[in-house]
Amino acid sequence: MTIAQETLPAYPMRKAPGCPFDPPPELGELQRQGPIAKVRLWDGSTPWLVTGFAEQRTLLRDARLSSDVTRPGFPTIVPVLPTAAGQGLSFIRMDDPDHARLRRMVTANFAIKRVEAMRPAVQRIVDELIDGLLAGPRPVDLVEAFALPVPSRVICDLLGVPYADHGFFQDNSKVLIRRSVTAEERAAARTRLFDYLDGLIEEKTKRPADDLLSELAARVTAGELTRAEAAQMGVLMLVAGHETTANMIALGTFALLEYPGELARLRGDETDPDLVASAVNELLRYLNITHTGRVRQVLADIEIAGEVLRAGDGVILANDIGNRDPAAFPDPDRLDLGREARNHVAFGFGVHQCLGQPLARLELQVVYGTLYRRIPDLRLAVEPADVPLKHDGFVYGVYELPVTW
Amino acid sequence: MKLTVDQDVCCGAGQCVLLAPEVFDQREQDGIVVLLDETPADALHEVVREAAAVCPAGAISVEEGR
Repeated sequence: MTIAQETLPAYPMRKAPGCPFDPPPELGELQRQGPIAKVRLWDGSTPWLVTGFAEQRTLLRDARLSSDVTRPGFPTIVPVLPTAAGQGLSFIRMDDPDHARLRRMVTANFAIKRVEAMRPAVQRIVDELIDGLLAGPRPVDLVEAFALPVPSRVICDLLGVPYADHGFFQDNSKVLIRRSVTAEERAAARTRLFDYLDGLIEEKTKRPADDLLSELAARVTAGELTRAEAAQMGVLMLVAGHETTANMIALGTFALLEYPGELARLRGDETDPDLVASAVNELLRYLNITHTGRVRQVLADIEIAGEVLRAGDGVILANDIGNRDPAAFPDPDRLDLGREARNHVAFGFGVHQCLGQPLARLELQVVYGTLYRRIPDLRLAVEPADVPLKHDGFVYGVYELPVTW
Repeated sequence: MKLTVDQDVCCGAGQCVLLAPEVFDQREQDGIVVLLDETPADALHEVVREAAAVCPAGAISVEEGR
């Protein structure tokens, strides 16, 4: 390692104390210096870090950036073990055409109209859980009692996963998305989830039901998909389907409680669907629960912003600071629920943009549009500084949110 | 304005349907874009331009002035 490499800033960086909703200050400093910089990872490798919003969108749409983690020299945020034999990878770790072939097998399930038709069912789940909160003890941890159950029940219904198993899949998902566990611990959690989904696919092959895993099982029987590919897709949708949204619910509530003026807009006399929809986009833009960037590798030289990204170079696209780029969002550090923020990159950009985003938006619209109206005097039961934060997660959020009313 | 969509490139994120359901839809079987109106009315031009801009895959092309 050269001295120049040693002086490069280490990535990922940590948020500043007392600023639980803002990207690390070093990221803002890098962005002010220019849209692209070099950083240093845990293993001494020195990928590009893209902080500019426009540059991130340009690059994420560029097919010369690969998502194939099996390529030599592909950057990793933490140490990882090779994928266990026979498990394969999910399509978010592949390039087209393999990625498109697999993603298109489930895209229809997340199409806008199909998801919108789930709104009454999601509303029923949210209302039942709020009934439970109101009938239960205070204070209560909003994460365990509400933020995790909402998306977990929704994704279980969609996939055909028994909700009774939520303790198992939530615990293993938590290991998967935690940066501070060892590579061995993470691999073991991944294997447990893979085996679980593999077993469910086998079960659905024998006794199909009206759910997404049964559709995948039918494709396996028809020879369109291997069992391992189906199980990996199941793991991806189950983990991504509950952890991310749960964190947006809990962290979003924490943020709104800290910005009572914004919260009051959501609690107005009548529910305004347009305001709720823009509030969801603004909170996604502002909070960035995926806060360790999108990781890629250059396949062929790319010129951008006065730099040449060479074939083989690693690239990290830091959506958290991209969404705070003043060139794209005026006064970017202000939370403004009425802001037109729907072009944010919290769901990524390019062909890998979040498959489940319509479902995530629907769940967040129902939650943000319901929870604070039904419990108007909801408040923190601890000091804001004492809310435990997921600094060590691939997915950011709060470990607990003790609330009362 | 004349619109074209590239169904081979589309990743089915649905951003266009969310913005302009009068102009874009998704195929029942795989969620891939369907163009309902290749020459949308003037009142829709702005939202169609935004749909092309926010399309993650860059699957929507807008030819102005036609």
